[in-house]
Amino acid sequence: MVPILFGRIQTRIVLLAVVGSAVTALLVPVLPLAGPLAERYRGAFLVLAAVGVLGIGWEGLYHLLMQFRWEKDWPTLFGLLTVVPEAALLWVLLDRDVVPGLAGRPPLAAYLLHVGLVWLAVWLVANGPMRVPLLRWRFRGGRLI
Amino acid sequence: MAHASHGPGELTGELLAAPIWSDDLVEAAGIPVSDAPFVTVGGGIGSFVLVDYLRIAGVPTGQIRVLSNLDHPWETYEYLTRVSQIPRPERIRSDSASRPDNIWGFPSYAVSEAWQSRTLRPLIQVFGEPIFSDYWTPRAGAVFAGLERESRRINYPDMLVKGVVRLVRRRQGGGYFTILTPPEGSTATRRMAYRSRFVHLAVGYPGLRFLPDLRAFRETYQDFSHVVNAYEPHEHVYEFLKTRPGTVVVRGGGIVASRVLQRLMDDRERYGLGTEIVQIFRTFVTGAHGPHPWARRKGGDGWAYQGFNYPKSVWGGQLKARMRRLDGEARAQSYAEMGGTNTPWRRRWQQQMRAGRRGGWYHPVQGVVTRVEPRADGMLVSQLTGDTGDREIAAHYIIDCTGLEADITEHRVLADLLAHGGAGRNPLGRLEVERHFEIKGTASGNGALYASGATTLGGYFPGVDTFLGLQIAAQEIADDLARRSWCRRIGPVRSTAQWVRWMRGRGVEDEG
Ligand SMILES: Cc1cc2nc3c(=O)[nH]c(=O)nc-3n(C[C@H](O)[C@H](O)[C@H](O)COP(=O)(O)OP(=O)(O)OC[C@H]3O[C@@H](n4cnc5c(N)ncnc54)[C@H](O)[C@@H]3O)c2cc1C
Repeated sequence: MVPILFGRIQTRIVLLAVVGSAVTALLVPVLPLAGPLAERYRGAFLVLAAVGVLGIGWEGLYHLLMQFRWEKDWPTLFGLLTVVPEAALLWVLLDRDVVPGLAGRPPLAAYLLHVGLVWLAVWLVANGPMRVPLLRWRFRGGRLI
Repeated sequence: MAHASHGPGELTGELLAAPIWSDDLVEAAGIPVSDAPFVTVGGGIGSFVLVDYLRIAGVPTGQIRVLSNLDHPWETYEYLTRVSQIPRPERIRSDSASRPDNIWGFPSYAVSEAWQSRTLRPLIQVFGEPIFSDYWTPRAGAVFAGLERESRRINYPDMLVKGVVRLVRRRQGGGYFTILTPPEGSTATRRMAYRSRFVHLAVGYPGLRFLPDLRAFRETYQDFSHVVNAYEPHEHVYEFLKTRPGTVVVRGGGIVASRVLQRLMDDRERYGLGTEIVQIFRTFVTGAHGPHPWARRKGGDGWAYQGFNYPKSVWGGQLKARMRRLDGEARAQSYAEMGGTNTPWRRRWQQQMRAGRRGGWYHPVQGVVTRVEPRADGMLVSQLTGDTGDREIAAHYIIDCTGLEADITEHRVLADLLAHGGAGRNPLGRLEVERHFEIKGTASGNGALYASGATTLGGYFPGVDTFLGLQIAAQEIADDLARRSWCRRIGPVRSTAQWVRWMRGRGVEDEG
């Protein structure tokens, strides 16, 4: 899929909501986190939501960078590597305690595992399986509506 | 010969003159009529992907007829790729997810190849493309094998009717008549008519086009052996070069020129030949080019480099969305900016050309050839006018790699549509189609006439003449047919269920 701006945003939100939630739901019980399960879930889903919300800004930036590419494409690899700046920025924000609803940051290992696995799953689904139920998605720049 | 054999079942003068035919008129001519709601003309890859789409949407085989002179949908493609130096084991140009045998593009060819050959290499290459590796592309043989399998799965042969289509005319009361000339002796009458509500045209390239100076040479000297088109069989050139050192002129700067160069250079290396190559570019690209910093294409040493024949985003991204809104002059302008002759930058080709330039046996030059003449010793002399003055180039053979760009009127069916069917031309001179690939001006009652492939280049969607483009057209057409309540629109549930059947190699399910 070669994205357009709205396609990027829609795809990100839907994939995080569906695939990201599924991964989070499965992962939280085994992540090295402290506290009651409900609390751990709350924290993890807030992190997931933050990846989604910040992502709208990131997608804008990626869209801008893409303009320098003649083909106006976004190589598969970029879709994976962008986790690095995104996870780093979110970590800084968590550390500064500015993410609403979250007091303090989770342990680094749990954070990395969570964000990393969610990202990997979303990336894998976006690079193939997504096309199975959504036949038109790849020809519409990733737009779902 | 149409008028000479005026027996029953022949096109009459009256039919040929009437832009709209009544059932009575056709019957009076004695032409037998068959009914099928949907007819596709061509039977190449374009017809195949649309039929595949419709079958997966649940349309039964009885509703569809494919009128074609081909036995298999990949026949013309295989012929053209083979002569232009892509035999089955070689890799084609389009990417991993451009799969004409799979409407989802998943699993992609790279996944299939990795699975079949038990290696991760294709996946690693796809992962790094196009930054750390060249675009991964499938082998021609894999494409044909997949098409063969899908053709069986959807019962394609049951829908195929062999013959050459002569013309398509609108029918009084709606729909169309398609006139087919079946293979001689196979039917009682010389012509047959198909009466249908919908017609789809995917007739491929109208014909070979030769450069004017080369056509003049061939006609003047009646020599069809020393000047060849890359799309004609021309093994004799490579065979000649194995017998003695020779000079070849290659004309053009597209992917076919790249392929021909590769063959010449591979042979040179493999058999230790002394082949000299002069490549003539009409437009010699010396570096990155384009109107502004955010629209620059890579280039150099004569070539314009691009992975596919258009920038990748025309098949689904930003450029697709943008082109969809453009008409007339603005559209033509955009085509000029991002199209033009180009070839992929491939590591192997770069190595070979570097070696050739260094070794002094490969000479890329800029120029326009005004004339080609034979010399007393049998060599062909090209008179070249270039940016750096005039010169003469002598060679044993000239290979024209410039194209399949003949005018659409060279195809009878298309010429007839322009003359009698209400069709018109787009800003690039080909058939003007709507965003959903209906040919503008040809509607007939509740029927519709669609076209896809090379004949529609210049429309709202530039990537038409590619596998993926043909699939995009198929999707648009299938959705339009669903809007007209003729078939069902494939939604997420059916799409997933049908994909599972595809994966398991099970046939498609017809809708009641
Ligand atoms: C050398 C070469 C390499 C290419 N490589 C790629 C690639 O790597 N990837 C890619 O995506 N695309 C590639 N293309 C583009 C490719 O040709 C198209 O994707 C595809 O084959 C075109 O399909 P089509 O149905 O339009 O034409 P075709 O497959 O040619 O089918 C049309 C057929 O219709 C039949 N026909 C025409 N007129 C009539 C008539 N009056 N009656 C009955 N039958 C008729 C003819 O047999 C004709 O061959 C390549 C093209 C060439 C020439």
